[in-house]
Amino acid sequence: MEFLHLTELRKKLDNREVSSSELAKYFLARIKKLEPQLKAFVTVTEEAALKDAQEADEFINSPGENPFLCGIPYVSKDLFATRGIRTTASSKILDEYKPPFDATVTRKLKEQKSVLLGKTNLDEFAHGSSTETSAYGPSHNPWDTSRIPGGSSGGSAAAVAGGLSPWATATETGGSIRQPSSLCGVSGWKPTYGRVSRYGVIAMASSLDSPGAIAHSVEDLAHLAEAMAGQDEKDSTTGHVPVPQYSRNLTADIKGLKIGIPKEYFLDGMEEGVKQRVMEAVKELEKMGAKTVEVALPNTKYGSLVYAIVAPSEISSNLMRYDGIRYGHTVPAAADLLGVYEKSRAEGFGDEAKRRIMTGTYVLSAGYYDAYYKKAQKVRRLIVNEFAEAFKQVDLLVCPSSPNVAIKLGSAKDNPLFGYIADQLNIPGSLAGLPALSVPCGYARPADNDTPSMDGLPVGLQIIGPQWGEQQVFNAGFAYQQATDWHKQYPSLE
Amino acid sequence: MTNSAYKPVIGFEIHVQLATKSKMFSPAPNNPDEAVPNTNIDEIVTGQPGTLPVANKEAIRLAAMVGLALNCTIDEFSKFDRKHYFYPDLPKGYQISQYDQPIAKKGYLDIEVNGKTKRIGITRAHLEEDAGKNVHPEGLPYSLVDYNRAGAPLLEIVTEPDIESAEEGRAFLQELRNIIRYLGASSADMEKGTMRCEPNISVRKPGETTLPKYKVEVKNINSFKFAEAAINFEIARHTEMLEKGEMPRQVTMGWNEKNNCTVEQRSKEDAQDYRYMPDPDLPVLQFPQEYLDELRNRMPELPAQKRTRFLEEYKLPLADVENLINWKELTYYFEGVVSEIDEWINSDVDTKIFKDRISAGEPMASLVGWDRLLAIRQAANWCLGEFSALLNQKLMNPYDSAVTPENFAEMLKLIQQGKISVSAAKSVFKVMYEKGGDPSEIVEDMGLAQVSDEGAIAGAIEKVIAENPKAVTDYKAGQQKSFGFLVGQCMKELKGKGNPQVINDLLKKKLA
Repeated sequence: MEFLHLTELRKKLDNREVSSSELAKYFLARIKKLEPQLKAFVTVTEEAALKDAQEADEFINSPGENPFLCGIPYVSKDLFATRGIRTTASSKILDEYKPPFDATVTRKLKEQKSVLLGKTNLDEFAHGSSTETSAYGPSHNPWDTSRIPGGSSGGSAAAVAGGLSPWATATETGGSIRQPSSLCGVSGWKPTYGRVSRYGVIAMASSLDSPGAIAHSVEDLAHLAEAMAGQDEKDSTTGHVPVPQYSRNLTADIKGLKIGIPKEYFLDGMEEGVKQRVMEAVKELEKMGAKTVEVALPNTKYGSLVYAIVAPSEISSNLMRYDGIRYGHTVPAAADLLGVYEKSRAEGFGDEAKRRIMTGTYVLSAGYYDAYYKKAQKVRRLIVNEFAEAFKQVDLLVCPSSPNVAIKLGSAKDNPLFGYIADQLNIPGSLAGLPALSVPCGYARPADNDTPSMDGLPVGLQIIGPQWGEQQVFNAGFAYQQATDWHKQYPSLE
Repeated sequence: MTNSAYKPVIGFEIHVQLATKSKMFSPAPNNPDEAVPNTNIDEIVTGQPGTLPVANKEAIRLAAMVGLALNCTIDEFSKFDRKHYFYPDLPKGYQISQYDQPIAKKGYLDIEVNGKTKRIGITRAHLEEDAGKNVHPEGLPYSLVDYNRAGAPLLEIVTEPDIESAEEGRAFLQELRNIIRYLGASSADMEKGTMRCEPNISVRKPGETTLPKYKVEVKNINSFKFAEAAINFEIARHTEMLEKGEMPRQVTMGWNEKNNCTVEQRSKEDAQDYRYMPDPDLPVLQFPQEYLDELRNRMPELPAQKRTRFLEEYKLPLADVENLINWKELTYYFEGVVSEIDEWINSDVDTKIFKDRISAGEPMASLVGWDRLLAIRQAANWCLGEFSALLNQKLMNPYDSAVTPENFAEMLKLIQQGKISVSAAKSVFKVMYEKGGDPSEIVEDMGLAQVSDEGAIAGAIEKVIAENPKAVTDYKAGQQKSFGFLVGQCMKELKGKGNPQVINDLLKKKLA
């Protein structure tokens, strides 16, 4: 039951083989049992979940068609505002914050009568690639609990991989869906920027943030995309582009599909096993009739540099509102107003958030703006154009989602640049706002070779499409999952 | 006024709160009159995590309209930027404003001072959101914040330092306020704070062309009168200092209306770094040519055009024109009365009978014995006199009163046709104002109809002449005073309702 796909759960609910309440109870029991090992959650919303499940059952038992997600449990990354339910961004500064409103995604899922089981852990304000910067401690990888689940959507990835929830919301700024999906062996969708509303999703870097989803299959993700995507009058950066019926349009026929292999994405420091699995996956796609060509994306090397300027700039600005005045952690017993700001923020933010605030504040200072931020935006434009050129020649790009399999918890702690290096495969696509998938494509031994997992740890295949090209990305992923069963293999956690 | 050794250099920063239904970036109501704190708020206004701004299209339209009315260039692209600083009344820790690509720039406004036209350059006009208000309850160890005003749409207008006297400053502000009101962009009320002006003042020696090394900004000005007073106060202060060989410091002053002086608020020497950056939540604004053409087509008649038309077409005295234009609603009402006057004239003319004279170009009004310009002048007089006085008692607007322009015009017609006297008209108008209604009926009800019938008047005259032989003799002997006495006796005979003009004319004829 715990690893059933959404399509299967839908059938069981519609056929009354199982009720929403039974599903909720089942997954809540599983959370209770496995959460001490995985630490995937910040908050479990048991009471609300049981109530919502009961309502969903009433709806299912009344005449009429059920929305696809009706009665299906899910968990939400703790960046998505949930009205009246604690939403922390895994930061002490929002420890007791209960939003007075729902994020657009939360609202859409509520309207379908989804059942929220809880809020998942992440790196504080999504600043990181391991969940280790969370104020509530790191989450653990279900394949090897001594290892990171990746991040920042690590709690979401761990919850889905461990069978604690059929699916999870997640967000990407520079790899935060693809990398944890890869490390936890699940399927993750990073949407085109502006495809899914950011309204009510606590901002990291506004020009990059893309709310998306993690599930067990590409087919499930196609259904989720239909539920989550669309222009939102509350988010001016969403596109006025109609949402296709992704799931109905899915096809495994990829004959003649042109796939580009960007040579810059097969880095020197990459684990050999990862490279091999990805090249095997490429062969698999070729077997199904896809044509592969090598493409050059020479500006890739500037991606991380641009990101290192643009992201902290926007972060420092977006974090200004946490001042201890209207909500969140506050130290009112300060000598003066400046003291309230200084103490509230010093106590509320963790080290990584402070690092990024300082970098961003510096980069935006008078006299530096043109040299850094403005220049970075120009290079960003070059990267966007380079992708656009590449997509004139190929339909999709394929590469690894992460240069390595999951590393040991704590091993990245002493290296503040850990995230930046691991994110090199994801950042250029994020800067260009492109849609992508990470799908499981086998296992590789970690560099330290120290894992009880017999075959090694999950490897993720990344599929990148052009702007608004979700359908072709889904089709390629769907075709791959029709031909392989990596996505149907699960960790043993008993 | 100013010491002739120094010449003032003045520029304005003006904030106008736009009259939109909702706030600049959220659907929360934009109501400057809200009295209960923290009512006009929502999750966007209070900067809850994850909320996003959505630009108010109406505010953008109004800003572009004002820009066009001020002869500005509206570039095809404009954008919003974030201006960062911490303050409790600023919910997001940054204000969304416009930094280097304002909606409007490089315009001008012509003003009239002492019969001369002067052109004041407009540097730029940009949109931004207002902040809330910190409240410091007396005797309590904490402060409160009211976010009602937070997020309200503001248009900031910056002028070139082209203003050279307090008088010019006042004329500029008045003309600008009128333009904004005629565009319907804002109530532009200095007392209520929907228009706020901050003059930047310095002085220099005549003939100097470079800007002085300092300037003083004055805040807290909430009327035209205070703007003028504050400017004059500062000019005198700077002049005195410079004459003593001192250099005025670059500071922000506040106007103290109790003591009629400015008081230093803060030194501006350490400029804050606002770390401006383009707001990634808001797409670039685009102003296609068709959009701007549409705005131009819909541009209402502006005060300057109205002024010219009222002077040339209506031949009204300049003072009356200014007084009318300063009250937009009254101006529109007055024009309503004028069109009713024309309506009366046109409907009274029998175009068949007067066909030849009409085609010969004779004015319609003269065909029915109307003096159109006289009627219009009377309309202006009544609007500015009797009507304004009544309206001001209750701070009402003309269109909210019971007097319709149609009835207003009919009353003027009754006066012109001699059916009522001016003093009777005042009583009639009062009733019209209080209860509304057709003036002819009111005249009848009150028995105020004026006797203009020559037969009735001639009868009265016969009687008075017969009863007052001495006065008649005296008049014929050259005593003008006796004529007035005889007119008075006739009026008495007619119970005060005689048309004085007709009595005069007939009596003169009789005694000739």
